[in-house]
Amino acid sequence: MSTLVLLLFTGLGLGALYFLVAAGLSLIYGLMGVLNFAHGAFLTLGAFTGWEMARRAGSDNWGVFLLSLVIGAAAGAAFAAFTEFVLIRRLYQRHIEQVLVTLGLSLAAVALFDGTWGTDPVYIQGPAWFKDTTDILGARVPNDRFVCIVAALLVLLALVFFLKKTRYGMIIRAGVENRSMVTALGIDVRKAFTLVFTIGGAAAGLGGVLASHYFGYVSPMLGGSLLIFAFIVTVIGGLGSLTGAAIAAVAVAVLQQFANFYLGGTGDFVVVLALALVLLFRPTGLLGRTA
Amino acid sequence: MSTAAERSATEAPPILRVEGLNARIAGQQVVEDVSFTVPATGITALLGRNGVGKTSTIKAIIGLIDRAGVVELAGERIEKEATFKIIQRGVGYVPEDREVFSELTVAENLRLAERDAAPRRQLVEELFPDLLARSGQMAGTLSGGQQQMVSLARALLNTNKILLVDEPTKGLAPKIVGEVAETLAEAARTVPILLVEQNLHVVRQLAEGVVVLSGGRVVHTGRALDFLDDARLIQRHLGVSSDTASHGETAAEPAQKGAAL
Amino acid sequence: MSTETDTSSTGGSAQPAADGGAARRSRKADVVGGPGAGPGGARPGAGARRLVAWASGAAGVLLLVLLPLLNISLPGVLPGPSYTPGSLQLLAMSMLMAAAALTYHLLLGVAGLLSFGHALYFGAGVYGLAIILQNFDIPLLPAMGLTLLVVIVLAHVVGSISLRVSGIPFAMVTLAFAQAGSVIVGRNPDGRTGGDEGMTLRTDNLPDFLVGVVNTRNLYWLALAVLVAVFVIVTWVQSSRAGHTAAAVRENELRVRVLGLQPYLVKLLIFVLSAILVSVIGMVFLLLQSGAVPRAISSDLTIMLLVMVVLGGVGSRWGAVVGGVFYTILDQRLTTLANSEAVKSLPDILRVPLSEPLFILGTLFILVVLFLPGGLAGTAERLAQRRRGTSAGSGGTETPQDILEDAA
Ligand SMILES: Nc1ncnc2c1ncn2[C@@H]1O[C@H](COP(=O)(O)OP(=O)(O)OP(=O)(O)O)[C@@H](O)[C@H]1O
Ligand SMILES: [Mg+2]
Repeated sequence: MSTLVLLLFTGLGLGALYFLVAAGLSLIYGLMGVLNFAHGAFLTLGAFTGWEMARRAGSDNWGVFLLSLVIGAAAGAAFAAFTEFVLIRRLYQRHIEQVLVTLGLSLAAVALFDGTWGTDPVYIQGPAWFKDTTDILGARVPNDRFVCIVAALLVLLALVFFLKKTRYGMIIRAGVENRSMVTALGIDVRKAFTLVFTIGGAAAGLGGVLASHYFGYVSPMLGGSLLIFAFIVTVIGGLGSLTGAAIAAVAVAVLQQFANFYLGGTGDFVVVLALALVLLFRPTGLLGRTA
Repeated sequence: MSTAAERSATEAPPILRVEGLNARIAGQQVVEDVSFTVPATGITALLGRNGVGKTSTIKAIIGLIDRAGVVELAGERIEKEATFKIIQRGVGYVPEDREVFSELTVAENLRLAERDAAPRRQLVEELFPDLLARSGQMAGTLSGGQQQMVSLARALLNTNKILLVDEPTKGLAPKIVGEVAETLAEAARTVPILLVEQNLHVVRQLAEGVVVLSGGRVVHTGRALDFLDDARLIQRHLGVSSDTASHGETAAEPAQKGAAL
Repeated sequence: MSTETDTSSTGGSAQPAADGGAARRSRKADVVGGPGAGPGGARPGAGARRLVAWASGAAGVLLLVLLPLLNISLPGVLPGPSYTPGSLQLLAMSMLMAAAALTYHLLLGVAGLLSFGHALYFGAGVYGLAIILQNFDIPLLPAMGLTLLVVIVLAHVVGSISLRVSGIPFAMVTLAFAQAGSVIVGRNPDGRTGGDEGMTLRTDNLPDFLVGVVNTRNLYWLALAVLVAVFVIVTWVQSSRAGHTAAAVRENELRVRVLGLQPYLVKLLIFVLSAILVSVIGMVFLLLQSGAVPRAISSDLTIMLLVMVVLGGVGSRWGAVVGGVFYTILDQRLTTLANSEAVKSLPDILRVPLSEPLFILGTLFILVVLFLPGGLAGTAERLAQRRRGTSAGSGGTETPQDILEDAA
């Protein structure tokens, strides 16, 4: 029983990270048709700036941690906004070239991180409480899991509120469904493009800081490895669906943890298998629109 | 006897002028050297068989597909502008398949369409009382006719220089067709309309001028009644016998037309 | 009073009664099964130019065949004279990469499939052959045949699932499958793949002439033969009925379906074929490197192939070859540059970017996508056309942007 609970919370924590990456990916793809390979670089930059800030502050208390979250999110957002404004916008509607550009950007950015911070993982410390465990039904769950889960839930709530209650949220939802009709109502969707990139980048940057605490280190590869699972999550959840991304993130991560534990470390393999099954029986994903 | 259409053509400059318009979709020329004008009042019908490029012409005018040529709205060139800017100049667009946002509520669909500082919500509520009752419903769950109302309402909320309305009666029951036609006639009192329409009764009822396309080109322009009464022309350009066109013509028709002016 | 040319009421310039509009619409030549309908086929002088191209190709191949016997130095490009193992190794590697880029061209440039999982089949060739040679006492050729069998099954399974979606989702799904392969290799099941360390090639059952540094030039010739063979096969596929159909599917899937052909099967055929070809290249790569490394099955490799094809020019066979060679040599040179004293002594702001070959390659790639849409081949073509005085884009040939558009 305690193993089960531990696996569940570890999976939820990982799912929270997947969600933070997949949320932006899914919205960006849904609205703009852009598969953003640079999203992992947004995350890694967030993780490194968060770590760098905490290192300079020279302490591991809660204040520093919260500030590092803010800084990480800001760094991810700034990088993402730059990407949209300087690279993506020039290639309006040319989806494959947009993918290629984000691909080139992720190669260049990761190489730059390598050069700046080195290729080896940098181990990090959070507030002492992170190291402790909390007893739940006999399972000793590391506290950093809860931090990830709570943060992801807050982001999910904020995003839902934004999408449902604000005019830009409405434009984004409408644009995901039918972008050209939005412009045909006299709305400049390009502003919404910059906005989703910025929001997606902020979520990824935040995810980067949290991921570095979850895994205990930062490395230039951090974003790339999470990105692939985030891709799987967005496809399974249905491209463009935020709720789909949330559900799929949790399902994929929990499945992965359980398979890793009970099926001899086959978690990644099982996840790809799940993807294949979803594609075979529901090519649009769990909550994707049927074309 | 000078008809209203002639008067407007000579007295007022056209609201929309299209000259040498070309457009391609997926490498295929779908609009070829199209030229016509839309007078500043009344309804002008854009006719042609299926697939001749009516929808493409409308889309090319507002830049939804890549185009070349001259497009002038109220004397100003707009063919280089982005779609949203053209619309903001005062163009109301009612697309062919309604294209309501199915995952937004009716109210949200309408709110999204509001451009003016003081959108005419009241007018829309009067025209479509049904929509008011359903404002919280997801637009995707509306019936086809109700969706068409949303689509029309989105255009009528704002003050426009012209409405571009693409097959508003497509797939609707006869009764709803009548309602849509009435709404258009009502709207045409204040704003000129370029109307794509397959239903020739509706054309006869509403339109003053016609522009006929074939194979992406303009093959005929003239007054609506002259065209509709010419069996030979209808047969040649629309491929239907003129019986269908004149059949069911009612006395309501001239009255409607008078009202529109 | 309304006549065909009457313009009194709605104005505008109405056309006379010519109702032949449909016939006048310009359409692309129907490429399905139409002999001579290939790009450029109708232009005068194209035949002669093609002959020149083939002749210079043949001369180039002859030069490459003789290279190990000659003493040619290309400072800045090759690490030493052309007969030295170091240079031959680099050249062989760039030819294999060019061949691999050609197989990627088959996917993207011909069938319009943006795959992010091509490395899976390259890696399957590398690791499959390495594992079979390691564990069974069978000679090279049967071992290769066995590997090929595995690849064919794998490509069918993955291809038939992934092709249920298209465009960007296809890219994501192929990436996920390839990632599974990469993860399995990284996990080192039963110690068979060597994990992160990779594995060394067991040479017991290999023919002697393929083993050891002294035989690098035999491997060089083998790589050259692979490149030429792949080029010929890809050319043949493109001019075959399947190739024409694939290109037609890419341009307009609906039309092909209307013609009663099966887009799905054609795409699967191209997918499997390019997997087979790249796995053979992977096997030769294994022999050349005398070992398997995880990078050979990583998504980085797929991305590298994609970069090569785009650098060279999407839709162009020569572009893929040039892109492959250019990338491989540039990568090698940049690595040398990164470790040079000149770069090490620079201030940080210059040293960090210059010491990262991938930063330079990534940036170069972005610039090519933004400013040189036809890549190297497209730019050369444009320059040549300007010299000949013909305008670009005439004759209905497709631009690389069209092809990329089709893949979306
Ligand atoms: N997305 C597209 N891809 C390929 N061809 C298209 C596309 N959209 C339109 N076409 C082609 O362009 C031509 C003109 O289409 P368009 O929709 O403008 O016709 P239409 O006159 O509005 O027809 P209908 O009366 O059926 O609505 C048709 O031959 C159509 O097949
Ligand atoms: Mg139409």
